[in-house]
Amino acid sequence: MSKPKLAVWKFASCDGCQLSLLDCEDELLDIVGAIDIAYFPEATRAELPGPYDVSLVEGSVTTPHDAARIQEIRKLSGTLITIGACATAGGIQALRNWADVDDFLSIVYAHPEYLDTLETSTPIADHVPVDFELRGCPISKVQLIEVISAFVQKRKPNVPGHSVCVECKLRGTSCVMVASAIPCLGPVTQAGCGAICPAFDRGCYGCFGPAESPNVIALGDWWKSLGIEDDDLVRALRTFNSYAPEFKEASATYER
Amino acid sequence: MTTSQTKVVERVDLGILIDLLADSGYDVIGPTKQDQTIVYRPISAIDDLPIGWTDVQDGGSYRLVRRDDSALFGYVVGPHSWKSYLFPPRSVLLTIENVDGELIFTPPDAPDRRYAFIGIRACELAAIAIQDRVFLGSGQVDTTYANNRAGLFTVGVNCAVAGGTCFCASMKTGPRCLAGYDLVLTEVLDESTHHFVFEAGSDAGGEVLHQLPGRDATEADFARVAAIVDDTAAHMGRSMDTRRVREDIYTNRDSAHWDRVAERCLSCANCTLVCPTCFCSTTEDTASLDAALGQRERRWDSCFTLDFSGLHGHPVRETPTARYRQWLTHKLATWQDQFDSIGCVGCGRCITWCPVGIDITHEVAAIRTRSEVPA
Ligand code: SF4
Ligand code: SF4
Ligand code: SF4
Ligand code: SF4
Repeated sequence: MSKPKLAVWKFASCDGCQLSLLDCEDELLDIVGAIDIAYFPEATRAELPGPYDVSLVEGSVTTPHDAARIQEIRKLSGTLITIGACATAGGIQALRNWADVDDFLSIVYAHPEYLDTLETSTPIADHVPVDFELRGCPISKVQLIEVISAFVQKRKPNVPGHSVCVECKLRGTSCVMVASAIPCLGPVTQAGCGAICPAFDRGCYGCFGPAESPNVIALGDWWKSLGIEDDDLVRALRTFNSYAPEFKEASATYER
Repeated sequence: MTTSQTKVVERVDLGILIDLLADSGYDVIGPTKQDQTIVYRPISAIDDLPIGWTDVQDGGSYRLVRRDDSALFGYVVGPHSWKSYLFPPRSVLLTIENVDGELIFTPPDAPDRRYAFIGIRACELAAIAIQDRVFLGSGQVDTTYANNRAGLFTVGVNCAVAGGTCFCASMKTGPRCLAGYDLVLTEVLDESTHHFVFEAGSDAGGEVLHQLPGRDATEADFARVAAIVDDTAAHMGRSMDTRRVREDIYTNRDSAHWDRVAERCLSCANCTLVCPTCFCSTTEDTASLDAALGQRERRWDSCFTLDFSGLHGHPVRETPTARYRQWLTHKLATWQDQFDSIGCVGCGRCITWCPVGIDITHEVAAIRTRSEVPA
């Protein structure tokens, strides 16, 4: 049986999620034993031509060029898996979706006329069908290995859609919102990080995006009872996953 | 072996209890202050207890504050429950080895340890009795639970304060420890005294008690104990009327109040995970990339997750209304059909640790208003 061919693609992103794959030091040999890394410019200059059995796509679509490129990648890919908040929700750069891009361009670039960019930063799934979305900013390498293993073994990955609160309780962390009145997005955020922030006495920032059944407005009402203002709620919801539908809609209701 | 049934032990001598248990080979677990909460962790000395602390609890709120004395047990229950030790959040059920195409299934070895739980409250003893019925008593013995439970030694505490979300008195599970303890103590503390009135609940408890220094307890000591627990019972933060609760919940299946709770509920699952009786779990199978080694693990799950009611790739209980109704109905009604008891012991954890303060006692009262309890 020949090994499946893997490609890793980059769109608008910080490369952090791709680095999670390289960060799998202990498991990297096993991964290379089970799949052929056919295209991964971040890691190797060797390039095998497509088609690819599985593509990992990092980053969001922010330029007309990328909007066309993702169509080609979809055609070349058997299974297409998006990785990280940029690819699954538009990323931090989706903050441009609430602003005028031309304003940014004139401030940041000496010659904005050289740029050809879109008004919005959008997730890959807005452009092509996606087979699996792996959340996180950045993704968890444990979950990445699980998704790759599941693909190789033709099974469903163990990537639950429940809240970060479940991970707090599994690790025995006491709730920072209940015990210290620290605003926490954990109840509406998907698990995957292992509840790192609450374990260090911080509220969850929502890096993994909306959980499977998020009641953001009810959590927002509770935050307000803790003294949090509408402006702060908008800011809390507009970070890594601002353009994820549930966070986007809720943040709009707090905007005046 | 000689045993004692009762004893009054002075505060200075209480440390001997922990030493005795540790020397007998127990892993001693007890309440201890960690950051902003009191949790259950391994302890090795009296100083590990949250001396002089108490907890102020309400829906969605828990605060540790200083007492004006040096009580050792002057607080109630926190975010942890003893189920973390008997029914751990994760446990390996099987490892699977692929040896030249032949699959070899190996269950884990029984752990070589016995737990001693110090400071277990009446509601928590009642919760363990309920989980015993679930894991050991329904014809099928759960090996993981049975292994962790084997040889358990419990030192109960009769509560001298009630928490803001406690309602054991109305659930008839506390505040006095009723059964299931090897030893039970009541802390007696005023300007002139600081001692513990012990009673043994088993031969094992009597043997340990015999080795503790102290005097026999008198009528006056027991009168003091009764006064303390009566006072606690009179100061419960919450209450629940359990008469006909099963019938009322069944009758009000379509109450509009279920939707009102669902508007506030986050489906975050905290209530079920902190509950000392909730026992639901899922299994996760994983395998190494080369498929040489596999593992089946059990982890806590909750009726508030979508996967939990997933059948053929779709959740049966899709709405938050359906999930909250499932939880409360199981706790108070279907649990009775299944296990001959209510599934709630009144510890109040689900109220305190619900991040938005949803309160089982308020919700059940609101849901049943249409079928008033006959006087
Ligand atoms: S700290 Fe945050 S994530 Fe953890 S249980 Fe509390 S609300 Fe949930
Ligand atoms: S339902 Fe709530 S009050 Fe009852 S035992 Fe569970 S956590 Fe305690
Ligand atoms: S519910 Fe009763 S037994 Fe449990 S901690 Fe509160 S007062 Fe004590
Ligand atoms: S009742 Fe509270 S703790 Fe339980 S799922 Fe709903 S919001 Fe979470």
